[in-house]
Amino acid sequence: MHCSAAFSQAATSATAVPTISGSRHVGALHSSSSSSSCTLLIPSKPINLRFCGLRREAFGFSPSAFTRCSNSQRVRLPSRRRFKGSNVSASLGDNGIPKSFDYDLIIIGAGVGGHGAALHAVEKGLKTAIIEGDVVGGTCVNRGCVPSKALLAVSGRMRELQSEHHMKALGLQVHAAGYDRQGVADHANNLATKIRNNLTNSMKALGVDILTGVGTILGPQKVKFGTDNIVTAKDIIIATGSVPFVPKGIEVDGKTVITSDHALKLEFVPDWIAIVGSGYIGLEFSDVYTALGSEVTFIEALDQLMPGFDPEIGKLAQRVLINPRKIDYHTGVFATKITPAKDGKPVTIELIDAKTKEPKDTLEVDAALIATGRAPFTNGLGLENINVVTQRGFVPVDERMRVIDANGNLVPHLYCIGDANGKMMLAHAASAQGISVVEQVTGRDHVLNHLSIPAACFTHPEISMVGLTEPQAREKAEKEGFEVSVVKTSFKANTKALAENEGEGLAKLIYRPDNGEILGVHIFGLHAADLIHEASNAIALGTRIQDIKFAVHAHPTLSEVLDELFKAAKVNF
Amino acid sequence: MATLSPFLSKTPLSNTPTISFSSSISTPLKWKSITSFSPSGSSSSRSRRRIFIVQSKIREIFMPALSSTMTEGKIVSWIKSEGDVLSKGESVVVVESDKADMDVETFYDGILAAIVVPEGESAPVGAAIGILAETEAEVAQAKAKAASAGAAAPASHPVTSTPVPAVSPPEPKKVAESAPSGPRKTVATPYAKKLLKQHKVDINSVVGTGPFGRITPEDVEKAAGIAPSKSVAPSAAPAALPKPAPAAAPAAPLLPGSTVVPFTTMQAAVSKNMIESLSVPTFRVGYPIITDALDALYEKVKPKGVTMTALLAKAAAMALVQHPVVNASCKDGKSFTYNANINIAVAVAINGGLITPVLQDADKLDLYLLSQKWKELVEKARSKQLQPHEYNSGTFTLSNLGMFGVDRFDAILPPGQGAIMAVGASKPTVVADADGFFGVKSKMLVNVTADHRIIYGADLAAFLQTFSKIVENPESLTL
Repeated sequence: MHCSAAFSQAATSATAVPTISGSRHVGALHSSSSSSSCTLLIPSKPINLRFCGLRREAFGFSPSAFTRCSNSQRVRLPSRRRFKGSNVSASLGDNGIPKSFDYDLIIIGAGVGGHGAALHAVEKGLKTAIIEGDVVGGTCVNRGCVPSKALLAVSGRMRELQSEHHMKALGLQVHAAGYDRQGVADHANNLATKIRNNLTNSMKALGVDILTGVGTILGPQKVKFGTDNIVTAKDIIIATGSVPFVPKGIEVDGKTVITSDHALKLEFVPDWIAIVGSGYIGLEFSDVYTALGSEVTFIEALDQLMPGFDPEIGKLAQRVLINPRKIDYHTGVFATKITPAKDGKPVTIELIDAKTKEPKDTLEVDAALIATGRAPFTNGLGLENINVVTQRGFVPVDERMRVIDANGNLVPHLYCIGDANGKMMLAHAASAQGISVVEQVTGRDHVLNHLSIPAACFTHPEISMVGLTEPQAREKAEKEGFEVSVVKTSFKANTKALAENEGEGLAKLIYRPDNGEILGVHIFGLHAADLIHEASNAIALGTRIQDIKFAVHAHPTLSEVLDELFKAAKVNF
Repeated sequence: MATLSPFLSKTPLSNTPTISFSSSISTPLKWKSITSFSPSGSSSSRSRRRIFIVQSKIREIFMPALSSTMTEGKIVSWIKSEGDVLSKGESVVVVESDKADMDVETFYDGILAAIVVPEGESAPVGAAIGILAETEAEVAQAKAKAASAGAAAPASHPVTSTPVPAVSPPEPKKVAESAPSGPRKTVATPYAKKLLKQHKVDINSVVGTGPFGRITPEDVEKAAGIAPSKSVAPSAAPAALPKPAPAAAPAAPLLPGSTVVPFTTMQAAVSKNMIESLSVPTFRVGYPIITDALDALYEKVKPKGVTMTALLAKAAAMALVQHPVVNASCKDGKSFTYNANINIAVAVAINGGLITPVLQDADKLDLYLLSQKWKELVEKARSKQLQPHEYNSGTFTLSNLGMFGVDRFDAILPPGQGAIMAVGASKPTVVADADGFFGVKSKMLVNVTADHRIIYGADLAAFLQTFSKIVENPESLTL
């Protein structure tokens, strides 16, 4: 069971037709052979020098920073000339005749990934359009990270106000905290609307054309949207995202058996809800539901809850987030059949042993939330027109997000980012992939280091991580013959955390003592999701422990938790 | 079957070192026997980490209390195995508490004769988890002791273990299997299960009253003999709100989906006052008042910041000057208490509560000062900064629901006061005047509730007549 995928961007579906301006014909010289390892462009667009100057290092990883695609050849164009003036450029088609396109870049799917790509494309001077078949913002903004954060903001406060012990320790007196379900639901909905509008406006303001309708790839560099509008672009990015994955045998009625899409509307708060899957999504919802008074039963196919996390963090998280709460769980079981409540009967869940496949138990609960991960949304995308076959629904790509066809060849000018490629199903990963693609199509080779992408689970307290888990690091170390060290620090040692009376927590740094490279950082504790970036940036920039340990942290702040780690690490230098 | 599944899943779970509270639901049975075996467990646990008790030369290793909140611990791993020779200070076992894993060391030299609680299982603080013998010779004796105590773990001892009722999984399993075949299976919610374990309540002794007959946390607490008051806080406060959907249970004491929200301090005070008010014999007198003149005046003075509330309070105060008995109160049931001041309390709904800021000396202050004072009071009430004398010094109360279109209503007399006036909306009404001419006038109904011990019908009628005259000829209000 696919458990740990988090929300990411958009899905496309139907309707309407806006106008397309064909005024700016743009093209580029492009090498005729599609087998060349990267699309070599002569940089003919105005290049944003500020961007290159300041952020160059952010993308050029130091050679020793491990990347998943370590054998990739990074091609840096040695010189970059800046052309002033017009935006016009020309491209040679395969037959050598200059070919003009409606756009430099078309992005299919206006989720967070598509949005990130579009903004960067504009920054790089590309004429850009984004096709959206549903609503701007995609899953993250409308049915994922964003509204769930609103619910979690409420649950965090409820939890705090209900914790008599915690309040008393702070000297506070609160009588009977309560909540209004509709008010909470409205907060989530309003937030989604606000962020969606922000996203839409930011794209409009920058001159990105938002084309409404389902996008279908008709052939190389050609896309249909809506019923019969055809546009061409030099490069195309697929960013169609994902939808909740519902295993077969489970009947989702949207009322008592629901997915995250429904749960975020918070139409009712059941007394007892079973959550199938204990990854990020399930865990966050357990936090929301228990704070609002529900009891929760987790159903997890693997032998342990929270399978995606560093084991030590997972263990502590279980002690804090599961055991003391009104939660129980069944691990090592599959939910083979879930029937919604009807005719005065509760929701029934049939469980079988994950290994022996023997019937194990039947649960009767008030509601069931299916959080078994997310499935890519690639239906109707027209992949057959360019001979691309999905793998478990995902669009196959190389490390540069270039789409690979059924014969294993790269499809020229076609990229896929975000949940649809399944590399790392996180909104910000999609966005980073989109930016990476734009870098490539504007003549600067770029490979995204996925190990520098942080992930977070917004429970109370939060969990965050970047890089490798300890077992992964040890495995890699064994294979490559280096040593691994681990240092840990407790939030109990942090002044700010204690001031907040939130000393529960652990931060863990996994590193190479021989060269000071940071392999992974895992944090469980107050504001962990905000704290992780110092570590993820260090990994992205290739900063070593021996350097970062001299960086100064304001006192007293939670950031000193990381400071503590860096200073505690022993580098043999 | 949800409830009983822990028994079924117990075997696989106990093989793995993962924490699992469900696996230990069976412990109530087990620990009863163990704790009875070690009566001195509580005294020994005082020494926390070093937890041995001298009992000839065979000692028990107890589950230590590793934190102040720890009630039970789980054996993560036995560092030593049976037969190992231990020396003082050596780590013997790793115990997982609610907070952390900790090594537990021995306080005595000896031989680990028997492991009572195997890896992966849990034991309450103070329960014996292993037996330590001082010499080889005593090992057998120690083992026998462990076995006879009925605490021997099934797997860990091939030699002496006899099928022990408490620990052996078959027994609960039998229950588990038989239960679903019966007419009703036992279902307990996750929190109910935790409470069962915490209070060592046998699930079969609890009658489920929740939806579909499931055992709720309240049921367990009831069975455990815990005052329900304690259970209200955790279970009812974060109540679930209206369920649109299906799960409605057929019958329950509390309607399913209904919400129990305890009173705030303010609401509790209102409730108390209302009950108290029942001890006062009250009666009501209504009176129609034509308000055209008042409305006209209001239009005139509104730009100067005068509110309708201030106008009505002023009018009432002026009427009270002439009818001091209506401004009086009956403190002891034997006498009139005539108040020196005319303090008009005005009921205001604020944040789900009700408060009555008081316009003191309303008869003496002019309309403009009164309006200004009123504004301040409302602001203070909103920010909860009213001083006690600003809300409890009223001698007469005014309650106006006219702005909602209410045409008449009946107020409850607040304790300590003689009368309260309920003001309805002023509405255009066809009225016949003294000469028999019809006309449309704005008419407002007021209704006064009074304490009949001191205020009689004629008093109130006279007061209302005065009040109506003032309102119908309101020029005096501005003087």
